[in-house]
Amino acid sequence: MTLAISILLAVGGVMLTVAALLTVTRMARGPGPLDRIVAADVLVAVLVAGIALEAVWSHRPTSLLVLLVLSLLGFTGSVSVARLLAREKR
Amino acid sequence: MTAVWDLLGATLVLLGAFLCLAAAVGLYRFPDVLNRMHAATKPQTLGLLVVVTGLAVSLRTWAALSTMLLIVALQLATSPVSAHLVGRAAYRSGQYRRDLVDHDDLADDLTAAGFDLTDQAGDDHVGPDTDAG
Repeated sequence: MTLAISILLAVGGVMLTVAALLTVTRMARGPGPLDRIVAADVLVAVLVAGIALEAVWSHRPTSLLVLLVLSLLGFTGSVSVARLLAREKR
Repeated sequence: MTAVWDLLGATLVLLGAFLCLAAAVGLYRFPDVLNRMHAATKPQTLGLLVVVTGLAVSLRTWAALSTMLLIVALQLATSPVSAHLVGRAAYRSGQYRRDLVDHDDLADDLTAAGFDLTDQAGDDHVGPDTDAG
């Protein structure tokens, strides 16, 4: 059963790596600043999933507080940049 | 029984990772900001819910469960704020493809409320329902 869990988590880790690579590609390529903000939000979500996967893998609850901080503060960056862009227009 | 819970938790984390991958593929392939936001908001709410549920199932302590509830509540409260502001900035600064918009309901409402939308960077879809009534 432990082998099955290891395989599941390894497949999840590969999925998250590919997701992070695609997101970083969009962040580097994406034509406007809003595309990059959305990509940064997705990157935070991928990061949260990766930290949770690490906590499941190692059975340690220490990184739960990191998840708490990320879910609390993850939206501030996109909000500030979106406000800046909306002000730039006027 | 412990092994079953562990397996369930790992499966939930794998499901959340799959949601993240689907969002990244959508983010890579979709044509403009609003479409990409549609793909991007899936792992922020459902993916986080699934992943953190898998984490709580795998750890099985009350501290993990309460922290998980707090994480999900905070994410569900803050994620719509950023999505609303990004969509609003995209609409107001015209950074989306107007040729992909099927019908612009917000422009209808703004026109009915008396706003002048002719300064927007639209080519074929400006001033809808000018002959209405």
